[in-house]
Amino acid sequence: MDWELFWASLWPIVRGGLLGTIPLSIASFAIGLVIALLVALARISGIRVLSALARFYVSVIRGTPLLVQLFVIFYWLPSLGLLIDPWPSAVIAFSLNVGGYAAEVIRAAILSVPKGQWEAGHTIGMSRTTTLRRIILPQAARVSVPPLSNTFISLVKDTSLASLILVTELFREAQKIAAFSQEFVMIYMEAALVYWVFSLVLSTAQSRIEKRLDRYVAH
Amino acid sequence: MSPTESPSRASGPGAAPLLEVRGLAKSFGDHEVLRSIDFTLHAGKVLVLIGPSGSGKTTVLRALNGLEQPDAGTISVAGGEVAIDFGGPVSAGKWLALRDRSAMVFQHYNLFPHLTVLQNVTEGPIVVQKRARADAEAEAMALLERVGLADKRDAYPFELSGGQQQRVGIVRAVALRPQLLLFDEPTSSLDPELVGDVLTVMKELADEGWTMVVVTHELVFARQVADEVLFLDGGVIVERGAPERLFTAPAEERTKQFLNRLLFPF
Repeated sequence: MDWELFWASLWPIVRGGLLGTIPLSIASFAIGLVIALLVALARISGIRVLSALARFYVSVIRGTPLLVQLFVIFYWLPSLGLLIDPWPSAVIAFSLNVGGYAAEVIRAAILSVPKGQWEAGHTIGMSRTTTLRRIILPQAARVSVPPLSNTFISLVKDTSLASLILVTELFREAQKIAAFSQEFVMIYMEAALVYWVFSLVLSTAQSRIEKRLDRYVAH
Repeated sequence: MSPTESPSRASGPGAAPLLEVRGLAKSFGDHEVLRSIDFTLHAGKVLVLIGPSGSGKTTVLRALNGLEQPDAGTISVAGGEVAIDFGGPVSAGKWLALRDRSAMVFQHYNLFPHLTVLQNVTEGPIVVQKRARADAEAEAMALLERVGLADKRDAYPFELSGGQQQRVGIVRAVALRPQLLLFDEPTSSLDPELVGDVLTVMKELADEGWTMVVVTHELVFARQVADEVLFLDGGVIVERGAPERLFTAPAEERTKQFLNRLLFPF
């Protein structure tokens, strides 16, 4: 094993992660969560058209490969006259994808809050929106942290697909080094190692958040 | 919780009733749960609803708070200041206005589990009624002190016993300074030895002049505290009257049977 090459390529790969993978993941996840919340609310709104649209969206996102979604966004937007860089294309594709998956998580979490909580909110004079914001969503957040953390960790790894539309991120850096050095196995294992370390850090963060949100339930 | 703070004291005897319910009716599908319920309640009085399960008493109470929408009938609060006719569509504004007048204590407490005891009590006053935080907290603490829970201000509901949770539930309702306090079987989920604490608080509220509608199976409480008792069965008011009369000399056979079943369960 060429240790010299290993150590020499570690920083470029990690840098690809810090400057590419992580910002791409965070931006896509943040936007995706907003989409997901709106889609979840549309699903439970009781307004038939909204609910049907939301169901259709979730069905398309879950029923098609992420790679295909990425390519559709990347090649289709320019055909509409929208010339955008690979990076925003990737953010749009990943956000839409997260939106579809997380919508179901958030919907289930909202529905898991007992009906009595809605009623208690109403009886202290709150409107539906205020009850949702102050009473229901904080409780739904606790329930949805574990599944949403899984979504986020999956997303971090899935952003490697963005290398295929030439976004500079962790895996793209690895590919460049591998092509240049012809040490495919070692470099890709090194990339795997860096992804794994990133995921470990995220899992630790997840359990911290869970602990904090669990302060008001019996153990 | 002093009577001067209670708006229910505003109208004296001879004034229009605080609450007037006419012709309330409600069906779930083919099942008629309420058929033409009429009653009036004057400020400072306590009305107790009793009846077998499925008699419709909880539905009546929930209608007063807009948690259940009747199919027909009218509810009028404070001499028509809030008047709702369920014969037609009811606007969201009217629901909110109706809820502003009353506060509910639930059988299963329904405290907000993610908020501390103090936050549970001040959430309505601060967020809905826009009262100053310092005032709302001072008043909440005084109320918690009165029910013996001041030292639990920073506890979460799961850390409290059922009796303590229900006393917080009562304080949460009272802190809204409603004209009408609604109690939906407030002691039915409690262990028997915890019932007394909750009933004591309710009796004190009644003595202070709060206007209350109480659904309960606690006949001793009803007898001591109620000004009027309604016995419901099958969605209608079978019998009504002062507690001394209704409990000792019920006129209707169904009332007799119900009271006997409660007093001599086996």
